[in-house]
Amino acid sequence: MALMQSFKMALKSIAGNKMRSFLTMLGMIIGIVAIVVLVSIAQGANASVISSIEGMGTNMITVSVRSRRANPIKLSTLDELSDDPYIEAYAPYLSVTGTVKAGNTVYDDASIIGTSSSYMLIRALEMEDGRFLSTPDIDNRSHVAVIGSEAAEEMYGSTDCVGSSFSIDGTAYTVVGVLKSKGTSSVGSQDTMVLIPFTLAQRITQTTGVTSFYVTATSSENVDFAQTGVEDFLKKYFSSTSYYSVFNQTQMLSTLSETTSTLTLMLGGIAAISLLVGGIGIMNIMLVSVSERTREIGIRKAIGASRGNILSQFLIEALVLSIMGGALGILLSYLIVTIVSPLIGVTMVMSAEVSLAAVAFAVIIGAVFGLYPAAKASKLRPIEALRYDG
Amino acid sequence: MIEIRDIEKKYEMGGETVHALDKVTLSIQDGEFVAIIGPSGSGKSTLMNIIGCLDVADSGTYILNGKPIEKYSERQLARIRNKNIGFIFQGFNLLSKLSALENVELPMIYQGVPAHERHKRAKEALEHVGLAGRIKHKPTELSGGQQQRCAIARALAAHPSLILADEPTGNLDKKTGKEILNLFLELHEQGNTIVLITHDPKVADWAERIVYIEDGKITSEGRGTRRYGTDELTIDEKHTYDAETQAEEVMPDGADAIL
Repeated sequence: MALMQSFKMALKSIAGNKMRSFLTMLGMIIGIVAIVVLVSIAQGANASVISSIEGMGTNMITVSVRSRRANPIKLSTLDELSDDPYIEAYAPYLSVTGTVKAGNTVYDDASIIGTSSSYMLIRALEMEDGRFLSTPDIDNRSHVAVIGSEAAEEMYGSTDCVGSSFSIDGTAYTVVGVLKSKGTSSVGSQDTMVLIPFTLAQRITQTTGVTSFYVTATSSENVDFAQTGVEDFLKKYFSSTSYYSVFNQTQMLSTLSETTSTLTLMLGGIAAISLLVGGIGIMNIMLVSVSERTREIGIRKAIGASRGNILSQFLIEALVLSIMGGALGILLSYLIVTIVSPLIGVTMVMSAEVSLAAVAFAVIIGAVFGLYPAAKASKLRPIEALRYDG
Repeated sequence: MIEIRDIEKKYEMGGETVHALDKVTLSIQDGEFVAIIGPSGSGKSTLMNIIGCLDVADSGTYILNGKPIEKYSERQLARIRNKNIGFIFQGFNLLSKLSALENVELPMIYQGVPAHERHKRAKEALEHVGLAGRIKHKPTELSGGQQQRCAIARALAAHPSLILADEPTGNLDKKTGKEILNLFLELHEQGNTIVLITHDPKVADWAERIVYIEDGKITSEGRGTRRYGTDELTIDEKHTYDAETQAEEVMPDGADAIL
């Protein structure tokens, strides 16, 4: 009997004091919403980072050479990689700074990259118009460029600009192709790219070696084999592994995941504090309730309620308050995540685990903070409680 | 069986020590109907609280059913209050948030009586005291007399062996008061022990035995005449006079003493 009856009594007392019960629950609701929503935001960020990396292809390997003094890797030495059966393609990469001008329009946002024809395959680029850089363009150091859709819009007002010309630091280039829009990703926009032949970029930057290049494996399962091949290749030219770094997307993914999980933990921790404050609110109200209901406790004891009866009544009341607060908090979080998040354009991912953990935490807090007032109530001496006038 | 020996209870009131009970010795046999009569402040309510295990004496011994009260655990005392004692308080002590029916059911909830039976017994008890039509009402929606009857129903429904009643007829009209006292007689005949606390000699007269208490001391004992028709009423004139004066002080609005 005891539990069911205590539960009924608790519900009755909560319903009998609606405003106060609601305010008490509000602390819990805010705590739960804070935890769930903040963690959802962090996980949403994590998910979008992961998807943008995965969108780049999980079979990609990035190599960067740190030593500039002695860089033995030339464009021609890269050709050795084509012998590796696990390597599908490779492309050098060189970032160039310079002022892009089309007529009188200066395009500040351009990211000028020198690369080769395989870059299109590696980064899964698609043409909107025209053609991509070709091997003869590279060999002949042709003054041609392929530009991103946003770059085209900014420079010419439309993507229909194949054959137009622009200049980088005064040198003229002809647009031979425009890329399809891919949208902004966390690793930078591809729509603002201005791609020029790698050999020209080398001339502009006055370098002879290849400081970084991309390699793709034939499939994502072969990434590790391809990486071994790349590392073997590099070992032939460098005396120490500290002169270069090789990493694949999976590693990048795990590095980023670590960062975002730290972020999740931090946000969750801050939110947990507000839940704790909510728990203290429950304790406060329960203490007030105990002294307010001293007479009631006295009557109950006089007609035969044991310590255990009174304890469970008040403890269950605290638990019901925290569970109800938790449930309302989850409901509100769900509404925020599904309705508000698209409106403000923030990706949020609400996970069942986090919601459950938050509610479990709320229940534990309810029990911990409800125990003291309940114990206090149960220890009241019946006659003193009966004499109390409040 | 209740056996009280040399019980003392003191209160500090405004720096002064008041002897609420001063070496009281009293024994009540199972099945007795005892009235404890005395003016207000005489310590009769304190005595009832001690008998009812709500309060403990400062000194002296209280043997309940052959066992000293201090030997009972808290849990056992709660069980005794729950199963063996039915309290009828002067101030009713009903829970204001519960309906009359729920109030009457409450002791049975703590007894673990199944809901169906509890409901039935509570209804019967309320019918018995004439509240059949008001079972869904909250105490605040009941008159003083109705609240009193509800409190009586609560004590009776739990089927206690000892009924402790503090001015049970204090708020009732003559007719209901008489009904309640008849109910007590009925319960008494069924073998229940009844301890009735009152200031009214006419109410006390219904009891088998009358114990007079004044200033925390038992001054005399006698036998009720109303029912038991003895001539040995030993309550002297002075006591009767005091009690009647007291009655008028308590109920100045002319609600005269019952019967």
